[in-house]
Amino acid sequence: MNEVIAFYPILIEGTITTIQLTVLGAILALIISFIVGLSRISKFRSVRVIAIIYLEFFRGSSALVQMFFIYFVLPMWGIYFDALTAGVVACGLNVGAYGSEVVRGAILAVGKEQHEASQALNYSVFKKYRYVIIPQAIPIMIPTFGNLLIELLKLTAVASLITISDLTFMAQIIRVQTALTLEPFLLILVIYFIIASVLVKVVDLIAKKFSKGRNIMTAGDK
Amino acid sequence: MEWNWDHAFAVLPQLADGLVVTIQATIVASLLAYVLGLGIAILKMSKSKFTRVALYWVTEFVRRTPILVQLYVVFYVLPDFGIFLEAFTCGVIVLGIHFSTYTSEVFRAGIDNVPKGQWEAAKSLNYNPLQTWKNVILPQAIPPMIPPLANYLITMFKETPLLAAITVVELFRAADQYSNSHYTYLEPMTLVGVFFLIVSIPSAMLAMKLEKKFKQAKTA
Repeated sequence: MNEVIAFYPILIEGTITTIQLTVLGAILALIISFIVGLSRISKFRSVRVIAIIYLEFFRGSSALVQMFFIYFVLPMWGIYFDALTAGVVACGLNVGAYGSEVVRGAILAVGKEQHEASQALNYSVFKKYRYVIIPQAIPIMIPTFGNLLIELLKLTAVASLITISDLTFMAQIIRVQTALTLEPFLLILVIYFIIASVLVKVVDLIAKKFSKGRNIMTAGDK
Repeated sequence: MEWNWDHAFAVLPQLADGLVVTIQATIVASLLAYVLGLGIAILKMSKSKFTRVALYWVTEFVRRTPILVQLYVVFYVLPDFGIFLEAFTCGVIVLGIHFSTYTSEVFRAGIDNVPKGQWEAAKSLNYNPLQTWKNVILPQAIPPMIPPLANYLITMFKETPLLAAITVVELFRAADQYSNSHYTYLEPMTLVGVFFLIVSIPSAMLAMKLEKKFKQAKTA
């Protein structure tokens, strides 16, 4: 174990890279979730069709394949990403597809009378969604978004396969250099578990805050 | 970079072999995930608080850590303890264990949905636990579980490319090998993507149909 601890600088570096990937990927995924999720309920057929193609494409094929495609195939068409950007883009696009379903489901779960009330107040479509529908849909989304965040964190490990020096990559380096197997991998499993558990706690707190005064079940109520 | 049909046709036979391995891995892993998941769900209802709490943390640990790292642990660590397994076996075991923590939630929800009166009825008939589960609880609990379990089957299918990282030559690694020896990623990677879409989109539609069917059956 001491031999592994001696590698702590690269383990810390790997942890930072993993957190970076998770945070940047989550921001991208969140933006895509809302764009695609809202497009799914657009009144324009063409917008809905494009959103469905995106969704089926990224949900239907494997994340690892998407990552390799972005990192190895796109450069052949002159689109270059450095490894970290490719990782963030792949994670964001993949998890964003799943997130769009969460956004769509939550918005559809808001009652019909809310739409009627907005109409009675003569709200424009933008104002209706901005001030009435989406604020009520967000508390419904949070617990599921929390689950997706953990999936995203786990997905970042796959990014080590396109040469990103995240935790998993660093563990491989330690394995090759020390010929130890159990210790480096067990150590990073624990680090991943700690990061995930912190994320779960944070999402629970956010869910509690948003559901205050509303009769909505949060992940903590289970 | 132009699409080259020669490469596309040359890689197809290898991809077909890979697809067979991918499907084998998916089926074996899902069977393991279902059996283990049901076991976990039943154990989680145990009267002993220690069992429940221990099981909760073990399953959370498995759920909150990446499959890829779990694959590395089993693949690299077991030989140090004198256990030599084929890469395919390692991969299937890890996928099965990882997803059993997800399927156990499905089983638990399904079992919870069986009304309490059914348990009491089984007791009043003097059924032993085996008879209660086999004749009363599971036949009622299983049908509504089928759609979510089918969805996990599709999810597992999409996770099988990770097995490539521990040298299993499945669909993705078959393409990667071709790419590395012919210096072209375009055709093999695109075809792998297409293969995945061809299998998973119709399966997802089927799962959705099942879901609708069971919903109707319940309200009828």
